[in-house]
Amino acid sequence: MEVLRTNNALLTIGTFLPLVGVLVMMFVPKGKELLHKQIALLTAVATLLVGIYSLTKFNYGSSEKLQFFADTSWIKVIHSNYTVGLDGLSLPLYILSMVVTVLVMIYSWDHIPSPGNPKAFLILMLVLQVGMAGTFVAQDLILFFVFFELVLLPMYFMIGVWGGEDRQYASLKFFLYTMFGSALMLVAFLALYFQVSGKVPAGEASFNIAYLAEHGGLLGRSVQIWIFAGMFIGFAVKVPMFPFHTWLPDAHTQAPTQGSVILAAILLKLGTYGFVRIAIPILPVAAKAWAPWIGGLAVIGIIYGALGCLAQTDMKRLIAFSSVAHMGFVMLGISTLTPLGFNAAIFGMVAHGLITGMLFFVAGSVKDRYHTLEIKRLGGMLISMPRMGWILGFCVMASLGLPGLAGFWGEFPAIISAYSPAAGLNHNVFRVFMVIAALGTVLAAGYLLWMFQRVAFGQPKAEFAGASTGHPDGHGHGHAAQGDDHGHDDAHDHDDHSGDIHDVTFFEWVAWTPFLLAIVVFGVYPQLMFKIIDPAVNLTLKAFGQG
Amino acid sequence: MLASLLVAGGGFTPPKVDYHALAPEIILAAGLCVVLIVDLFVSESKKWLTATLAGFSLLAALLPVVTLAVVGSEVRSMFDGRYVVDNFSLIMKAMFLITGYVVVLLSTNEIEEGGYYQGEYYVLLLASVLGMVMMTSARDLIGVFVALEFLSIPAYMLAAWRKRDTKSNEAGMKYFLLGVFASAMLLYGMSLLYGVANSTLLVDIGEAITITGQYKAVEALAVVFVVVGFAFKVSAVPFHSWAPDTYEGAPTPVTAFLSVASKAGGFVALVTMLYLAFPHAEKVWQPFIFVLAALTMTVGNVVALKQTNIVRMLAYSSISQGGFILMPLVVAGTKATGTSLKTVVVYLLAYAATNLGVFAVVIAVSRKTRSGEISSFGGLFSYAPGLAALMTFLLASLAGIPPFGGWFAKLNAFRAVLEAGTTLGYAIAIIGAVNTVVAFGYYGNIMREMWMKPAPDGDTAPITTPTSLLAALVITGSSTLVLGILPGLVLRFGDLSALTGALSR
Repeated sequence: MEVLRTNNALLTIGTFLPLVGVLVMMFVPKGKELLHKQIALLTAVATLLVGIYSLTKFNYGSSEKLQFFADTSWIKVIHSNYTVGLDGLSLPLYILSMVVTVLVMIYSWDHIPSPGNPKAFLILMLVLQVGMAGTFVAQDLILFFVFFELVLLPMYFMIGVWGGEDRQYASLKFFLYTMFGSALMLVAFLALYFQVSGKVPAGEASFNIAYLAEHGGLLGRSVQIWIFAGMFIGFAVKVPMFPFHTWLPDAHTQAPTQGSVILAAILLKLGTYGFVRIAIPILPVAAKAWAPWIGGLAVIGIIYGALGCLAQTDMKRLIAFSSVAHMGFVMLGISTLTPLGFNAAIFGMVAHGLITGMLFFVAGSVKDRYHTLEIKRLGGMLISMPRMGWILGFCVMASLGLPGLAGFWGEFPAIISAYSPAAGLNHNVFRVFMVIAALGTVLAAGYLLWMFQRVAFGQPKAEFAGASTGHPDGHGHGHAAQGDDHGHDDAHDHDDHSGDIHDVTFFEWVAWTPFLLAIVVFGVYPQLMFKIIDPAVNLTLKAFGQG
Repeated sequence: MLASLLVAGGGFTPPKVDYHALAPEIILAAGLCVVLIVDLFVSESKKWLTATLAGFSLLAALLPVVTLAVVGSEVRSMFDGRYVVDNFSLIMKAMFLITGYVVVLLSTNEIEEGGYYQGEYYVLLLASVLGMVMMTSARDLIGVFVALEFLSIPAYMLAAWRKRDTKSNEAGMKYFLLGVFASAMLLYGMSLLYGVANSTLLVDIGEAITITGQYKAVEALAVVFVVVGFAFKVSAVPFHSWAPDTYEGAPTPVTAFLSVASKAGGFVALVTMLYLAFPHAEKVWQPFIFVLAALTMTVGNVVALKQTNIVRMLAYSSISQGGFILMPLVVAGTKATGTSLKTVVVYLLAYAATNLGVFAVVIAVSRKTRSGEISSFGGLFSYAPGLAALMTFLLASLAGIPPFGGWFAKLNAFRAVLEAGTTLGYAIAIIGAVNTVVAFGYYGNIMREMWMKPAPDGDTAPITTPTSLLAALVITGSSTLVLGILPGLVLRFGDLSALTGALSR
């Protein structure tokens, strides 16, 4: 396995830099909220700068090779090394995680969710960032597992402490589902290791992903299928694939805006990335055996998610279900085991991260203003806050896969790739999947446009009429008009919208503009990402005799 | 004097005593006497001296352990191989001594403020630790039994330390009765072993039992009785019923001691017996240990889910952790036998660090709340964020979430059973994986209380932690973290392939 070892400290710095910020923040008293926000944002920006620096140093000519490769012994007894590297498969996601963290930090500047305590909230976010970046650079199964698990606790607390009404239920559900998956995944990893070490010269086996990918083919078919099953459950819970998806709507709905954004933009990708990086290249025979099942569950997810969306009355929950559908497209692309499908999948991951992340941002901001996300109570957003309304419209268009925006390049090639899956897979089955998935896009247009129509068109509802000021800095303007004397009691949530319906604020603009730009840029010029992904995909799939 | 008389009588050569190898035991015994004597002569207001002296004796005893480890890896064997100091015993000795020290730190304020009998308390504690330290070296039926009683009998009394509290009395009584019952079972098994092997030396027994592959019924019976005897000690289901009541009734530092050190002592003895005395009887004990492990982790977990008292919950949690420590022993005696020994050691280390830390937090919090209910942890994060964060780390470690010590222990346990590749190994791996998830149910419950619930009664006065407790928190917290992030550092010491004298297969 050829690797490039230049700048080999870069990934370690990029991954662990947030911990420096965490360390500093631990010694700053809780009361200095502004200082905490500054340190956290500074750390996140510094981390992003390291990421951007690695973008400039990345050798795009050989994006199939692991770059900035570092490898030192870590836990000798179990033959696990600290191995990190970045290639075309992981680069987009690695950078995305850093960008999203910075933007979420900016958004948090004036949106720390109740019950406050920015210190803990931002520390958790930085720890999350370490886990996310680490998962994408880890090239050793044990290291991967550690990072994969590292994101669990911060997210658990983020949902459980700063979430909505049902936060405790949702956070526990999130945790138990993921933990169940990862426990089986770990067993699968270990079984894989021992099966491989039985086939190679003594003492040679390691948890190195590239090494296992070279030697995984030595294993017999049934062994591969069992090990794949363990990994499948681990990753499928995270994606989440039908029928393991039930934690997602709860977690998304209850999570604070920032949590939802990170969850949608990055955490779900850990699962799909696991398939692309680990399960499929290491166990090619099992991947083929499992592919029709994965494809089948993927299209079930597409349709189920879409139908779920149609039934939702809560905007955030609707977006959550649309995630299930979108990740279905990603998994469909992966299940074809073709370069086109994989390219589509990785593009789809990034696109979904940008678009759905953005939708959750908008949903969060709507909730801040209306104190509700019930679709039937919203309405006339284009009148009460036109800019917000149009941003929502833009994201809806991107999400339903409008050509020219990023979403299209994730879904369309995924559907196409199902027309001719890898050799050895049943073409008829996959063509059926293709047709169903195509129907799914129609449903997607249906539920998204219907939601947009109900939320944005028409006149603002009577209960919110007059609350709007139309100005971004409208704090306080509406109070007089409303003349309310309601208590700000949670029980009176219904009445608690005392004229705060103002348009997009400064911090929201700063946090959102990069998302919106990226959606357009990748939509117009998808080659920008495809050319990085493609060589790596071809190398990954060489076991399938393509590319 | 007796020796010189015997020599004079002729026909007796005094055994060679390696004083360096025995130094930890000698120092402990001396420290025990010093504490006892000092306690007699100091006034009531200076009784804290006994705690300090006890702590010093434990640290002083640690010194020769370190020098023994540094000097060389050659095995020091005494009394015809009946008392052996090898790498296994050194690392376990170190663990028991440090555990003892942390327990002293935990006890200092509790015992002093409770107005209990400080001097006697530390004497008994030291005696119990001495028994554990001896256990790590005992390679003989009599040695094992004496060490076991030595570590148990003081523990019975410690459990009943709050003598005006009925619960504490109940704790001591239950522990005593069931402990004695277990000892009787064990002795019966040992007597059968002696009958079979005609020797009390474990290695001799190992050779005598079933080299031919055929078991006599009496041999199987002996093995089962011995395993059952130790199963009581490590509170494996279904021999666990004493543990929750004893843990709840005993003073909390004693509970910490019982759940960590006493349990580890039982495991040390069990491992010694399995590896040295029964290496060829694995067909008898493997399925038996499998059932014990599966039941222990499952029942412990499921019952822990329903607990409302934190110490009771920790009792069941420690039962279930015991199941995980038993897990690698299911494949002892297969090709993974070396890994499984290492795993038990690593697990005991990680478990000791973590569980002591958890008890330290429980003691620190209950100093303020005066309550043993899990709900008393409500809102801890809002008024004592440091303690809450530390408790979160420790619970995550118990639950096996990286990057804290417990995950590495669990990883090793899974590794051992999967390396063996036996059916029982795979089965216990799956059972263990499911249990890992269930366990988060109750560990997560405490996290939820601390982070997501308001403080009961709205009492958010900060917690003041006394210095000794703080030291205990730092020791346990940092070792939990180091074990998780750089397990290689610690694991080097636990890199054992076999127990000295174990029969090779």
